[in-house]
Amino acid sequence: MAAGQKYVGGGVPRKEDPQLLTGQATFVENLTVPGMVHAALVRSPYGAARIKKVDLSAALAAPDVVAAFSGEDLADEWAAGLPMAWPVTDDIRIPDHWPVAKDVVRYVGDAVAVVVATSRAAAADAAELVDVDYEELPTVVDIEGAMAPGAPRVHESFENNECYTWTHSTGDIDAAFAKADVVVKGEYTQPRLIPNAMEPRAVLVQPSPAAGDFTMWSTTQIPHIAKILLSMILGISESKMRVIAPDVGGGFGSKLNVYAEEALCIALARRLGLPVKWVAGRSEGYLATIHGRDQLQEIELAATSEGKILGYRVKIRANMGAYLQLVAPGVPLLGGFLYCGSYGGEAYHFECTGVFTNTTPTDAYRGAGRPEATYAIERAIELLARKVGLDSIEIRKLNYLPQGEMVPSPGGLEFDSTNYAPNLDRALELLGHDAVRAEQAERRAQGSTKVLGLGFSTFVEMCGLAPSQVLASLNYGAGGWDAATVRMLPTGKAEVVTGTSPHGQGHVTCWSQIAADALGLDIDDIEVLHGDTHVAPHGMNTYGSRSLSVGGIAVYEACGRVVEKAKTIAAHLLEVSPEDLAFENGSFSVKGVPDRTKAIQELAYAAWTAHSLPEGTEPGLEANCVWDPPNFTYPFGSHLCVVEVDTETGDVDILRYVAVDDCGTVINPVIVEGQVHGGVAQGIAAALYEEATYAEDGTLETSSMINYLVPSAAEFPSFELDRTLTPSTSNPLGVKGIGEAGTIASTPAVINAVADALAHLDVGEVPIPATPERVWRLIQNAKGGAA
Amino acid sequence: MKRISVTVNGVRHEAEVEPRTLLVYFIREQLGLTGTNVGCDTSSCGACTVHLNGQSVKSCTVLAVQADGQEVTTIEGLATNGKLHPMQQAFHEEHGLQCGFCTPGMIMAAVGIVDENPDPSEAEVREALEGNLCRCTGYHNIVRAVISGAKASV
Ligand code: FES
Ligand code: FES
Repeated sequence: MAAGQKYVGGGVPRKEDPQLLTGQATFVENLTVPGMVHAALVRSPYGAARIKKVDLSAALAAPDVVAAFSGEDLADEWAAGLPMAWPVTDDIRIPDHWPVAKDVVRYVGDAVAVVVATSRAAAADAAELVDVDYEELPTVVDIEGAMAPGAPRVHESFENNECYTWTHSTGDIDAAFAKADVVVKGEYTQPRLIPNAMEPRAVLVQPSPAAGDFTMWSTTQIPHIAKILLSMILGISESKMRVIAPDVGGGFGSKLNVYAEEALCIALARRLGLPVKWVAGRSEGYLATIHGRDQLQEIELAATSEGKILGYRVKIRANMGAYLQLVAPGVPLLGGFLYCGSYGGEAYHFECTGVFTNTTPTDAYRGAGRPEATYAIERAIELLARKVGLDSIEIRKLNYLPQGEMVPSPGGLEFDSTNYAPNLDRALELLGHDAVRAEQAERRAQGSTKVLGLGFSTFVEMCGLAPSQVLASLNYGAGGWDAATVRMLPTGKAEVVTGTSPHGQGHVTCWSQIAADALGLDIDDIEVLHGDTHVAPHGMNTYGSRSLSVGGIAVYEACGRVVEKAKTIAAHLLEVSPEDLAFENGSFSVKGVPDRTKAIQELAYAAWTAHSLPEGTEPGLEANCVWDPPNFTYPFGSHLCVVEVDTETGDVDILRYVAVDDCGTVINPVIVEGQVHGGVAQGIAAALYEEATYAEDGTLETSSMINYLVPSAAEFPSFELDRTLTPSTSNPLGVKGIGEAGTIASTPAVINAVADALAHLDVGEVPIPATPERVWRLIQNAKGGAA
Repeated sequence: MKRISVTVNGVRHEAEVEPRTLLVYFIREQLGLTGTNVGCDTSSCGACTVHLNGQSVKSCTVLAVQADGQEVTTIEGLATNGKLHPMQQAFHEEHGLQCGFCTPGMIMAAVGIVDENPDPSEAEVREALEGNLCRCTGYHNIVRAVISGAKASV
């Protein structure tokens, strides 16, 4: 397909913005329908308890209350429990998980009853009046506690708290370690994080009782997947369900789920024959929306005395929480191939055990498995560098995989495109590496209490989920394709229907850029339709940095098919053979006779009137593509962080943050940079500020934005970005994905910088988040002081 | 119920409110102006920022009855005659928004910052935005937008 490049690669201002800038967004909380009632949930205050009795009478007697139900009352609404789509092993333990608990609650926040009233305030007030009689049970909240012999069992029906153990090996790992000159071992704790999309979750369900169908508006990243699974939970024909994700205020994985409240609102709408709305408060969301990370990691590198890595041995334990949410068991696997980072070696062994605890379920949070893997390898390689006497740059360059296409990695993947050293060099240049090292040395020599540290993170990640057959080999319950329809309208405009479901990423703008160039149209003549299963019936939605490299490719390919069909019509009308036509800027011209042309708009009209089409051609100018990617994509990059650590207070201040990413072809550089900024900020937040903690009894200690620190603008520097361009070989545009790269890269860059700042003090492992108190203690301990 | 009279975006509204009703819910639910968002329940996020008599406030920290007789401007009242306010324009041009959920509050706060300090430095903007959280942008482009919006506003 010949296409102009008018828009792709340019920083086209976003088409999404006008409504968001002026207060006209369609966030679910903004929506109302006539007769709507409001649901409020009663949630367990106990980490584990048996429900003895639920007394709804006071709630039912309260003003404006329409109905109230216990879990038992609703039991016959469910044809199936809440779904888990990724049973990673054949013997994985999958607990029952009901939208409202019937007999036992297993974490603080587990739903026990629901009250429906004519206003949100009345529902909340009446929910307070529900009297639940609990018999407290013993709890366990942390991984080690849950795996200890005799630990309280989260699910009585399982003999212990182990959910599954999944292993993955390449090469002969024992041989690699046997011949190693040096072995280094790192042990790391990945704290539990709360994703904190700024828009709290909300659901609105409108039933049509006579027709038996339901429309659900939800703050979801996955309207299509939710439609299928909710119809199974509720026993409703899938054809009776319509799911709409209107404007959605951020997700980061937290809205990549099928949630109890979605199922519950549909059940209530069915029972009551009324539209039902539920909106989470922020603090309620802290209990009832998935958390991320929460892993214990051990990584060992076997290497030669020169620092060449031979093997990687990794063992992790991952906290699943009390139940298995949609893809929770698979999250550690997404990192399980990447504990070798961008480096080579002969052998690789990875083992992960999932563990149940009395905590909010975990699941995918931005990066999902890959930030954890990157953290472990990027910290461990620094240990190795120190052990063999190389610096951060030398150890990396020594071990980088060679430049190339389809390069095998010790983790068993084939990286689509590798070119790591020039990327690192560009980052070093942007940083002014030697000057930073000189200043660091000078401050140390002066005995300054404000020491400098430089941290490296040269990562590779895996996105573009995913080849369907690969997913099958990992026991995943769905395919990895995505769909697009491109439709020329009789007036010469175009509709692009996409199966992706954006919530801040700018798909409308980027898909418009792709289609406008491919079809030769003005960008304003393209309308992108998404997020409504009646409008865009097929899709696998948005997560795992997949949208562009799967859904965007489907758009591009569908455009190509539209152009092919238009060409046959043009040839017919111009009375030439299709091979004699050239397509440029939206117009077909006869080669050598440039004034004999047909614009694509004319052809759209001709296809619609169908007055004169080539023999056997159907009317209309429209094409579909379902793109199933042949491989993942593997974005990479080099992130460098300069911190100043105050050795008297433990304060860490980020002075510089340099990120050079390689995400292949760039459709919109401004949007790409925005994704990096946001991703980096979330990873920095994990390095320095955020950590969700539980008390032993199962109480979430970080229960609101007051005590879970979501950082503000004051906590960040401006970021210094550049890119290298190594196109992906996995798709025709050469794109890779950029949604998670920043988060994957940045946490180890920051912690490596803190460790580097304190390297002369021999402080040992820097814990995350590296809060001032923790850093101060490290320094005191190293000094031999009493801390 | 208490009777109040509040002028919102130039229109005077007479309404009955419960004494406990927060200004943000009065604006959103009683007046149907849903541009002002609620992002938290602890006065932490700033998504609900509006102007009360020209001063930016978190409208989840003000009771509707406290706005009796006062003037409120929300994000819906910022553009004039279909033309974006320079701060809205700056957020658009600098890509200062992704999901857009924090954006109305962020822009109202930004206009308030520039009212007080017409030529803020990067550090001053970062400090002044401390009460407004964004989870998408890493603030980089928001800070640039506020500085560029300040220049365009003079
Ligand atoms: S909703 Fe007002 S500060 Fe968060
Ligand atoms: S743009 Fe999404 S929270 Fe700020």
